[in-house]
Amino acid sequence: MGAYLRPRDLDAALAALAAGNRVVVAGGTDYYPARVGRPLDDDVLDITAIDGLRAISRTQGGWRIPALATWTDIVEAGLPPLFDGLKQAAREIGGVQIQNAGTVCGNLCNASPAADGVPNLLALDAQVELASRSGRRTLPAEAFVTGNRSTQRRADELVTALLIPDAPAATRSAFLKLGARRYLVISIVMIGATLTPAADGTVARARIAVGACSAVARRLRGLEADLVGQPIGPGLAAAVKDLHIAALSPIDDVRASAAYRRDATVTLLRRTLAALAAP
Amino acid sequence: MTIAFTVNGTAHRVTADPIRRLADVLREDLGLIGTKVGCNAGDCGACTVLLDGRQVCACLVPVGQAEGRAITTVEGLAASGTINALQQAFHAHGAAQCGICTPGMLMAASDLLARKPHPSEDEALDALGGVLCRCTGYRKIVDAVLSVGAPAAAIAPAAGTAVGARLAKTDGIAKVTGAERFGADAWPDDSLVLRAVRSPHHHARFTVGDLAALQARHPGLVKVLTARDIPGQNRYGIYPTGKDQPALAEGYVRHRGEAVLALVGDAATIESIRDDEVPIAWEALPALAGIDAALAAGAPALHDDKPDNVLVRGRVARGDLDAGFARAAAVAEGEFETGFVEHAYVEPEAGYARRIGERIEIVACTQTPYMDRDELALILGLAPERVRIVPSAVGGGFGGKLDLSLQPLIATAAWLLNRPVRCVYTRPESMASTTKRHPARIHARFAAAANGKLTAVAFHGDFDTGAYASWGPTVANRVPVHAMGPYAVPAVRCTSAAIHTNGPPSGAFRGFGVPQAAIAHETLMDELAAQLGIDALEFRHINALRAGDRTATGQLLEASAGLAQCLEAMRPRWHALRAAADAHNRSAPIVRHGVGIGCMWYGIGNTSLSNPSSMRVGLRRDGSVTLYSGAVDIGQGSNTVMVQICADALGVPASALRLVTGDTDRTLDAGKTSASRQTFVSGNAARLAGADLRQQILRLGNVGADAPIHLESGRVVVGSGAAARAIDLAAMAEDPNGDVLVGAGRYDPPTTALDADGQGVPYATYGFAAQLAAVAVDTELGTVKVTRIVAAHDVGRAINPTQVEGQIHGGVAQGLGLALMEEYVPGRTENLHDYLIPTVGDVPEIETILIEDREPLGPFGAKGIGEPALIPTAPAILNAIHHATGVRLRRVPATPDRVRAAIRAAQGKAAP
Repeated sequence: MGAYLRPRDLDAALAALAAGNRVVVAGGTDYYPARVGRPLDDDVLDITAIDGLRAISRTQGGWRIPALATWTDIVEAGLPPLFDGLKQAAREIGGVQIQNAGTVCGNLCNASPAADGVPNLLALDAQVELASRSGRRTLPAEAFVTGNRSTQRRADELVTALLIPDAPAATRSAFLKLGARRYLVISIVMIGATLTPAADGTVARARIAVGACSAVARRLRGLEADLVGQPIGPGLAAAVKDLHIAALSPIDDVRASAAYRRDATVTLLRRTLAALAAP
Repeated sequence: MTIAFTVNGTAHRVTADPIRRLADVLREDLGLIGTKVGCNAGDCGACTVLLDGRQVCACLVPVGQAEGRAITTVEGLAASGTINALQQAFHAHGAAQCGICTPGMLMAASDLLARKPHPSEDEALDALGGVLCRCTGYRKIVDAVLSVGAPAAAIAPAAGTAVGARLAKTDGIAKVTGAERFGADAWPDDSLVLRAVRSPHHHARFTVGDLAALQARHPGLVKVLTARDIPGQNRYGIYPTGKDQPALAEGYVRHRGEAVLALVGDAATIESIRDDEVPIAWEALPALAGIDAALAAGAPALHDDKPDNVLVRGRVARGDLDAGFARAAAVAEGEFETGFVEHAYVEPEAGYARRIGERIEIVACTQTPYMDRDELALILGLAPERVRIVPSAVGGGFGGKLDLSLQPLIATAAWLLNRPVRCVYTRPESMASTTKRHPARIHARFAAAANGKLTAVAFHGDFDTGAYASWGPTVANRVPVHAMGPYAVPAVRCTSAAIHTNGPPSGAFRGFGVPQAAIAHETLMDELAAQLGIDALEFRHINALRAGDRTATGQLLEASAGLAQCLEAMRPRWHALRAAADAHNRSAPIVRHGVGIGCMWYGIGNTSLSNPSSMRVGLRRDGSVTLYSGAVDIGQGSNTVMVQICADALGVPASALRLVTGDTDRTLDAGKTSASRQTFVSGNAARLAGADLRQQILRLGNVGADAPIHLESGRVVVGSGAAARAIDLAAMAEDPNGDVLVGAGRYDPPTTALDADGQGVPYATYGFAAQLAAVAVDTELGTVKVTRIVAAHDVGRAINPTQVEGQIHGGVAQGLGLALMEEYVPGRTENLHDYLIPTVGDVPEIETILIEDREPLGPFGAKGIGEPALIPTAPAILNAIHHATGVRLRRVPATPDRVRAAIRAAQGKAAP
């Protein structure tokens, strides 16, 4: 039997992390599935009782999604259209049971290549706020996840929040997920995207990320650059070329072949852009 | 640590390790077993409870997080003592079949209805999307949720009118209150816990090291069972000649997941021991994966008595095949492939055993109590009478609980230790170690004359029967009988082989190989129809087996062959839906629509084997009637059907009957719940038992055969008006069950052995069906959405139309899974997020059309429906994909990548 700690304040949590390795548990939606039929003997830090880590809030220059904000919180927080893609992901992660328990930060920290939340966080240019006894730091979400199940979080650190910078008011966002059944499905491919129009009706800025096609969800910077200056309209989807996804490295697995993932990614990118360009 | 929370309004303080799963604490510590555990991974939703009013999986909540919070479980829904409106709707709609997912469904729906009293269908689907059901096909659950509060008239048929009534399940209330006891839900207080240690290799030798050291490290480890501890013969299997499977392996394993040792001790100790602590030295061997590897020259023989790895071959041959092909105007030919399919019942195997003096009692989920009894007697070295099987409620079976699983282990441990021993399989353990649907590779050739009449069928199917025989012979024998489809064919040669590999044992799964064969015959029927320019439905109508025809085994179908009626009933939907799809496709859309058809027939009962059922029905002094039914209800509804049949045969209201089921000490052998046989075979036994009791009563009253029977306390009144006579029950002698009169019935369907060419009468009767599937195919992504199913089934007579519809819905959902998403990969998809089954959002509206072409041999004309429901669905979907896109998928599941590859290939592009 491992040690279990469920502190009420952040300092106690950080002290525990500083004192030794602990598995951090919030919604439990990744912790328990990895331990079916195995003893629950890890030393655990349960962060769900820590004050002040639940409510999504407006900050100077953006939004703060704290460590305990659940997917359901994302749906119900009254967030602006910038978050439509993240909200769509929130509705498609697991069933409602998972959405009610699982946290956005936990989805990022678990660092699954198929984490539905991550492409959106990249498209939102999310920053990850980490705290430890030695202080706080922030990292771009893109840099935070370093590989399959690995992140930049040190063992003595806790992710306390995601910080989403404001985008121009007209910025739109979208999320498309492809799976082999309607609910409770691990994605074959998913796309998170934001698109900011210029005053002249062209693309001022685009951020587009693909998940489940590489060890870590990836931004498609070549595509993003090619979109800038293009008119936002029915023709936008045609900007997607095969070479834009050349850097992806999908694998063959039980859900789909690698070749299919590439093919489907191009289709989904075009559909994502078509949705973002729709009047 | 002490944790305080409320459950259903009652304050609790529990002392528990705070990282334990809330589901476990609710069940094990608080005794609230209404919350079910199906996967412990958030994949199935069976454990859904409300936490501060929100649905969560109780298997993913550390009980430490429950501190100060309010939990609602299924037990809280009927807190007032009567079931609430939602539970009432589930009960009335037949929304619970086996009942294992029902608490989870009810809690998910409760969450929704508390927020949204009148939800839309889409809102209901979203709310229920996290709970898997394997029985119902979800439609009746959705109907129930959307109809909460709508008044539903109680169905209470008068004497003689139970058959044909939509009687709610006789065991239905317990399923909606969570009171039903499944395999994991009851255990003696002083039970030890058993956990098997299993092979991580597909094929290996092993030696067991120093177990004494392991026991010294874990004082709570009472016993480590090895093969040497098996008291009797360490071999079991379905067929008397096929007992090839050890309860515990003897230094050699033939499949991943095979049991090697069993750890027995207190719960905390058994949980704390990691598999890698157990001293087993493995020597992995090259594995025979798939049919080709097993048949390759030089392949090792997995069983000494099967040098070529062929377990058994099957054959049906009739007519002049060469002449049949020679006179054909059209020939269609193809090769088809299917994979392992997992039953994925939501209840993992579970139960307990206890020794009572010189007898052993096993309470566990099973589809076949009497066969379990006889097999365990051999394993324990006991006379069968010293083994008592008491089936728990069964949380889904579909054939997967016909084979022994945990019973030999818990029975051996309880016998040797003289302590009760319980065991609950984990989900990965259940998936790795128990049987699967046989993967098939089929080559078939169909021919027809210009007039549309089939002239010849040649078929060969190789079936991967995995490591052990299990039901391989049944598949090999059943397939050739059915492989030409439900059609009159003058020349036939259908052969099969069941081949051993290092896969999991392939066993019984709803249809015994016929669903795989149906994919071949229905694809080729479509292709022949297209070649001949005949409408696909009309082509089947031309060839449909009808009463008066002879089958390929030479059997004369004397009555009740209703395929033509099924097709006629479906014809208007067929034309309308085909036309709508064609109209939609005219604009060359990316998402194309298609409509396909599939037909099937299915022999009811075991193939050319005696498979009798016996039933008794007793009358007590207090005027109550008890039906002693050995037929195990695995959710399909035999408990209700037997009561309806027996009540009408006896001539009393169904509500007058009490039911005693399954227990081998209290009921006679009603055979296995398999082969779609319970309604037909056991139903006949129930009918005969009821008629026998009726005759005894009428004789005592000295009244005519039509005289009504009125049961009263202490007496029975027979006849009416001036002719009424009272029979005094108080004066009559009671038997040990407390009955004063007992009616008995036995029925064994009339069949004959098959000769070397498979000629004879393999089944007494057959079910027939045609199904139509409408699909939308996203041609850019290869995704297939089934949008509508129309299912026309000749069931002889629907004893309970609600339950027949429920079987069809559930079969359709499993057929949809077979067609589009289900493929078990040993070692890779041993959970319910990598192995996908349809969710509530994947099963479309299903229209059922019941054709009641009475079977003279059937009870009130009835035949079986359990397996027929599934068989036509996959081929109908595949044919619909072809209609939509012009591509043929000959390998299932038709996953998005396979469909997309086929579309690209047809467009002349390289497969993606």
